Amino acid sequence: MKCAVVVFPGSNCDHDVYHVLKHVMGLPTTFVWHKDRQLPDCDLVVLPGGFSYGDYLRCGAIARFSPIMEAVQAHAARGGFVFGICNGFQILTEAGLLPGALLRNRALRFVCRDVLLQVEHTESALTNAITPGARLTIPVSHGEGCYFIDPDGLARLEGEGHVLFRYVDEDGRVRDEAALNGSVKSIAGIRNAGGNVFGMMPHPERCAEAIVGGPAYEGQNTDGRLLFDSLVRWVEGRA
Amino acid sequence: MALKARIHVTPRKDVLDPQGSAVNAALHALGFAEASDVRLGRYVELRLDTDDVAAAQARVEAMCDKLIANPVTEDYVFELVPDTEG
Repeated sequence: MKCAVVVFPGSNCDHDVYHVLKHVMGLPTTFVWHKDRQLPDCDLVVLPGGFSYGDYLRCGAIARFSPIMEAVQAHAARGGFVFGICNGFQILTEAGLLPGALLRNRALRFVCRDVLLQVEHTESALTNAITPGARLTIPVSHGEGCYFIDPDGLARLEGEGHVLFRYVDEDGRVRDEAALNGSVKSIAGIRNAGGNVFGMMPHPERCAEAIVGGPAYEGQNTDGRLLFDSLVRWVEGRA
Repeated sequence: MALKARIHVTPRKDVLDPQGSAVNAALHALGFAEASDVRLGRYVELRLDTDDVAAAQARVEAMCDKLIANPVTEDYVFELVPDTEG
C-alpha cells in the first residue's frame, strides 16, 4: 500500500502519521504539499490533524480549497482511499467528501485525553483487522469535535452502517453525549457511502507503536495500529 | 463607486450553540434577566469593486454559499451599502 500525507500550513500531526506509515508500518510514504496539484501514485491519502490555516473562519473551511484538494476529490471519486484524522476529518466534511460538520465542543473545552471507542463495524477497509466487539483506546485532542448532522442524514448514516466508532464509557455504554464533546449519538468516526473515505476525531497515529503507548498501559497500547493494519490488509488483499 | 457587504452568519436554529448559551448564562448572572435566546455568530465585512447592486447580490450569495457560511450548520443574511470610505 502506497501512502501520501498532505501537509497544509498549520498541520501538526503530519510527521506523526508519516512516521507510523513509513517507519512503523514500513510502507512507501511521501509528503505532499497542499499547493501541489497532483498526488503521487498512491492507494491512501491521509489528511492529518492540526490547525490548517489557523482554523480561521471554520476548521477546515479554507484548507478544503487548497489546490491539492481537487486531486484528493478525484482520487476519492476513483475509489482511492482517503483518511482524515481530526482536522483532516473537519476538512473532509467541509469538502463534502463526508456528511455532517464538526462544531465547537459542547462544554467549550479543548479535550486532550484517551477515550474508549466502540467499533461498530469490522468489515470496513479501516476496521477489518479489529476483533468484532473489541473496544479501542485512542487519544483525542480537539476543541471542535462535536459531530453534527441533521436527522435525515443521521438516519442514513445509522441505517447504512456508516458510523464506524462511538465514544463509550468504561462499562461499554455509549457515553453521555455531553461528557466529551457533544457529538450526536456519540459519533467519533464515520465512512462515506463508497466505503473509501474515512474521518475520525481520535488520533490512531498517536498510539500505533509500543514505545509511545503511554504509562497507563505499560507502554503497550498500540490500538491505533489496528486501523493502519486494516487498510493494508484491505488494499493488499484486493490487489 | 464601490459597495460594502455586511454579512451576518449565525448557527442554524436546530444547531446547538454552546457559546450562545454560555453568554446567555453570564448575562443572567450579571442581572440582565430579560435577555434570552443568545446566538453567537460571525460578522464579515467586505468591499466590492462594483456599483451594480444586483450583480453584487448574486456574488455575495455565492461567496456565502461557497466559503463564508457552512450551509450544514449556519444561516446568513447580508446587506449592501454604498462604500463611503472607498
